[in-house]
Amino acid sequence: MATVELRFSALPEHVRTARLVAAAVARRAGVDEAVLDEVRLAVGEACTRAVGLHQNSGVLAPVRVSLIEEEKQFSIEVGDEAPHAVPGDKASGAGGDADVDIEEDDMGLAVISGLVDDVEVSTGANGGLIRMSWPTTPPTAVLP
Amino acid sequence: MDLSLSTRTVGDRTVVEVGGEIDVYTAPKLREQLVELVNDGSFHLVVDMEGVDFLDSTGLGVLVGGLKRVRAHEGSLRLVCNQERILKIFRITGLTKVFPIHTSVDEAVAATD
Repeated sequence: MATVELRFSALPEHVRTARLVAAAVARRAGVDEAVLDEVRLAVGEACTRAVGLHQNSGVLAPVRVSLIEEEKQFSIEVGDEAPHAVPGDKASGAGGDADVDIEEDDMGLAVISGLVDDVEVSTGANGGLIRMSWPTTPPTAVLP
Repeated sequence: MDLSLSTRTVGDRTVVEVGGEIDVYTAPKLREQLVELVNDGSFHLVVDMEGVDFLDSTGLGVLVGGLKRVRAHEGSLRLVCNQERILKIFRITGLTKVFPIHTSVDEAVAATD
């Protein structure tokens, strides 16, 4: 089971909360202080994307965030329940603001893949999942 | 933290000072501000990001949208930013090649290229 699990209504105002919680749990798990900004940004991007997918497809279910502390790594899974959430799918673009939304969605994934070395994006008929992992420093190695 | 916005005119440039967090929740306010400025005839914008604590791809999208709007009027959109964690986001998305990024408002206001 995840160390901390978070479910939030697919609304933009809750993405900040997800960022703050993820950064706090990552810090506790031993993720390097210098990397916490990246964790905060990456989880924000993943949650923003999930919120957009839920809103665009009228999904009422919450966005799921799992913060998982493992032996030598810390992982974050952000799951959405939007159907056919295929990354980079431009077929639904109907011009105007829709195009902007899609550009931003692509840019979100671009930021995540630029920031995080260990990232998996999977999508299916029942939704998608972004899994990101960072190495952690065991507490014994932190001693000066 | 919320987003703070203030504008002032320096010569023929309009400086937009942004503070706080630019994310999916607050970015629409920045978009509105930029659209309003362009609609009011301000086509040479300097966005001062020194007070920005957080920027994500939604914010980048708004800045790119602003650039498209001012360019339609042969205008310009320059950024002021010295913060490494913010600059990094522009670098990994390749947007350092799209936006002129300056180290001070004075430098951005004086730039003419």
